[in-house]
Amino acid sequence: MKGAVFMFSKAFSAAVHGIDGLIVSVEADISDGLPLFDMVGYLGSEVKEARERVRIALKNSGYMLPAKRITVNLSPADIRKEGTAFDLPVAIAILAAFGYIPEESLKDTLIIGELSLNGNINKVNGVLPIVYSAKQQGFLKFIVPKENAREGAVVCGAQTYGVTSLNEVVSLLNNNNQVEPECVDIKELFEHNEMAENIDFSEVAGQMAAKRAIEIAVSGMHNILMIGPPGSGKTMLAKRIPSIMPELTFEESMEISKIYSIAGLMDNKALISKRPFRSPHHTITQTALTGGGRLPKPGEISLAHLGVLFLDELPEFQKNTIEVLRQPLEDKSVTIARLNATYRYPAGFMLVAAMNPCSCGYYPDRNKCNCSINLVKRYLNRISQSLLDRFDICIEALQMNYKELQTEQKQESSDDIRRRVSIAREIQLKRYEGQKIWFNSQLTPRSIKKYCKLEPKEQSLLEEAFIKMNLSARAYHRILKVARTIADLEGSEQIHTKHISEAICYRSMDQKYWGE
Amino acid sequence: MKFEEYNYWLANLDKIGPVKIEKLIHYFEKAEHIFHASKNELMAYIMNGYDNRGKLTETDIDNLMNSRDKEKIKKNYDKLKNQGIYFVSKEDSRYPINLKNIYGAPFALYIKGKLPEEQKKKIAVIGARECSAYGKEMAKYLAGALAGEGIEIISGLARGIDSYAHEGALTACGVTYGVLGCGIDICYPKENINLYMEMQKDGGIISEYAPGTRPLAGHFPMRNRIISGLSDAVLVIEAKEKSGSLITVDMGLEQGKEIYALPGRATDRLSEGCNNLIKMGAKLVTTPKDILEDFIPNYGQKVVESKKNNKLLETKGKIVYACLSLEPKHIEEIALETNLPLDALMEQLVLLELQGFVRQAMKNYYVTRE
Repeated sequence: MKGAVFMFSKAFSAAVHGIDGLIVSVEADISDGLPLFDMVGYLGSEVKEARERVRIALKNSGYMLPAKRITVNLSPADIRKEGTAFDLPVAIAILAAFGYIPEESLKDTLIIGELSLNGNINKVNGVLPIVYSAKQQGFLKFIVPKENAREGAVVCGAQTYGVTSLNEVVSLLNNNNQVEPECVDIKELFEHNEMAENIDFSEVAGQMAAKRAIEIAVSGMHNILMIGPPGSGKTMLAKRIPSIMPELTFEESMEISKIYSIAGLMDNKALISKRPFRSPHHTITQTALTGGGRLPKPGEISLAHLGVLFLDELPEFQKNTIEVLRQPLEDKSVTIARLNATYRYPAGFMLVAAMNPCSCGYYPDRNKCNCSINLVKRYLNRISQSLLDRFDICIEALQMNYKELQTEQKQESSDDIRRRVSIAREIQLKRYEGQKIWFNSQLTPRSIKKYCKLEPKEQSLLEEAFIKMNLSARAYHRILKVARTIADLEGSEQIHTKHISEAICYRSMDQKYWGE
Repeated sequence: MKFEEYNYWLANLDKIGPVKIEKLIHYFEKAEHIFHASKNELMAYIMNGYDNRGKLTETDIDNLMNSRDKEKIKKNYDKLKNQGIYFVSKEDSRYPINLKNIYGAPFALYIKGKLPEEQKKKIAVIGARECSAYGKEMAKYLAGALAGEGIEIISGLARGIDSYAHEGALTACGVTYGVLGCGIDICYPKENINLYMEMQKDGGIISEYAPGTRPLAGHFPMRNRIISGLSDAVLVIEAKEKSGSLITVDMGLEQGKEIYALPGRATDRLSEGCNNLIKMGAKLVTTPKDILEDFIPNYGQKVVESKKNNKLLETKGKIVYACLSLEPKHIEEIALETNLPLDALMEQLVLLELQGFVRQAMKNYYVTRE
């Protein structure tokens, strides 16, 4: 090989895999032969198209490519590469191979970005999970599109440079430091968020029972079903649920932000600092709900991770669409299997659903409702019993009357409720320390025995209710879990009769209590 | 062929209903004579002709002549017996006298179980299919209380009030009869199959339609005349302004029966029919006593159980119970009225429910239990 030109360089980039970043090394080789620009490494069509974007962007940025044979390889070569984030690293690797950039400056630098034909750099999705994973694998310097720079900068200890053009990157890598690493004040970010909060529970008049039920549901992360006539304030209540959830910790915020980053929903924000509230329309498809697609993307249930997934008009959803919720509700994550890989997205959401009692909405008010009992039953039957079983708490919201709407009585604010919820949550965290349980709703029948011990008096009440009210074993466990949360809210270690009674009132619907 | 078999043949002729049959029987005296009558005799009957009502046409006569297949009639009649269905025609001594005298009385009845007994008092309890919780509770309560006193409850085995009246009577171990608008072997609506089976044990199912007749809309107003005809009085639980139940009432009035009605609030559409009946002179019923005193001599002397239960021990429970009625009330409304905190209120409600004083009408709505 004497006399032959031997130029090789290697840059690092990353792809999103599930909610993690996967390091991809971009190798460029320049050799003699017919002038050719070839890219290999199991590429998706948008990655193959990078060839044209890179060639023209290089030309428009003032670099003339000599007539050589250029081969680019993206490794590991057995994982399919998708997306446009490889444009920039490919261009950089080629420039390094031609000697425009010192090889050593690429060593611990991770580069991502999409190129425009004029050499500008456009934003990409998934910067946060990539930076987060790469940081753990020892990368220190990150070159990302300017619009995504704030996302990357929240990762502790990562030097993230936001760049706008190819030339800027070249000079940055040649150590002509005009670009400063992006800097985000996380503390300020969280404080600022509190100011923006503008919906509050104090705006909802009346609905004491529903508010109380929601408070309990949030405390123990129980799923809740609200039933009520149109205009009784179900949606209004649901929208305010995030406002009484404990504030996000940095780790939680990070977890949510990673998902939003992959979905491309960051909107130039550094972190998602508010509890998510997702309320998909009932025409949503299965894939949009759980995530998926040819290139898997997180769905609504993952976007609602650590927040609230609100399904308004539950019976109007396609039956098979809501039934897919069952497994994620148990596992707190959703697994999407594809031929090439299996992706796992977190889905630890609190399910809040609302529905009318019948198709006209006014049952049992016979002055307004003309539905026959069978019609009412059929309406309810659109939801399977197994899904109903996932709701620990079920509450009927009452039609508001004028007097209640006019009341001057001061309503409790979200802050007050949140304080109680936070205390109840802390009690739970402490109790279940070291186990894979965080909330009462996650208790299994075995752990219920351990943590929901009853005194003889309580035992006999529950036994009587079990027989007289025809409860199922499932309902029995749900009542205990909810009673545990109610006791926690009161700061009582022992579950008392009144806690059990209240839980019985909230027990999820048995079909026989409907239009009998 | 036997006497009843001739009647069975007559009852099942196409396009020949109770009025035509009555005229025929009046002329020929016996079904057997009609069966054996020659065409000339029948034509002569037409010529003699009475008035237009119940007049036979020539096609009717052809029908009549062509259906004289003894084998087939016998086979069908035996089949009825095998199915446990009784056939009682108007010519039969077992035919209820109450019914015999009404206009358009059915020529024949099909029965599963038994017919109402003549010496017993009978009352028709009727009302809306789409009833309220109030109507439901009251129908069960009144029918149960009346049946408990030995009064037989007659209704139409339809959805809503009819079913609850039957149910109330059965729970009180009383006797109840259902009059169907379809063939006796068809349970319509299907969900009433339990009632349908249960009623046959002590009471019975009655229909004027031959087995296999489908429940057509036109049949139901017709069977109402049997409901009122069999009974001594009619009690209307809930009826809208234009309700099918009012047809039964009209027929009952024609037949000279006493009408009772359960009042409702002026604004309740489901009670408009009842309230109008009361305006027109129907007797207002709030307790079973209102009916029983008309049915049973010296009933007033008996001690009537007080309506509200006083067996409750705890005062909180009393407060909660006092604010409940047969109208479903939401937890929130109860909380506002009693001024109890939610957790204490729920504790009381669960206790009351377990003790059997209240019932959850639907999720979070409570009613008292009578």
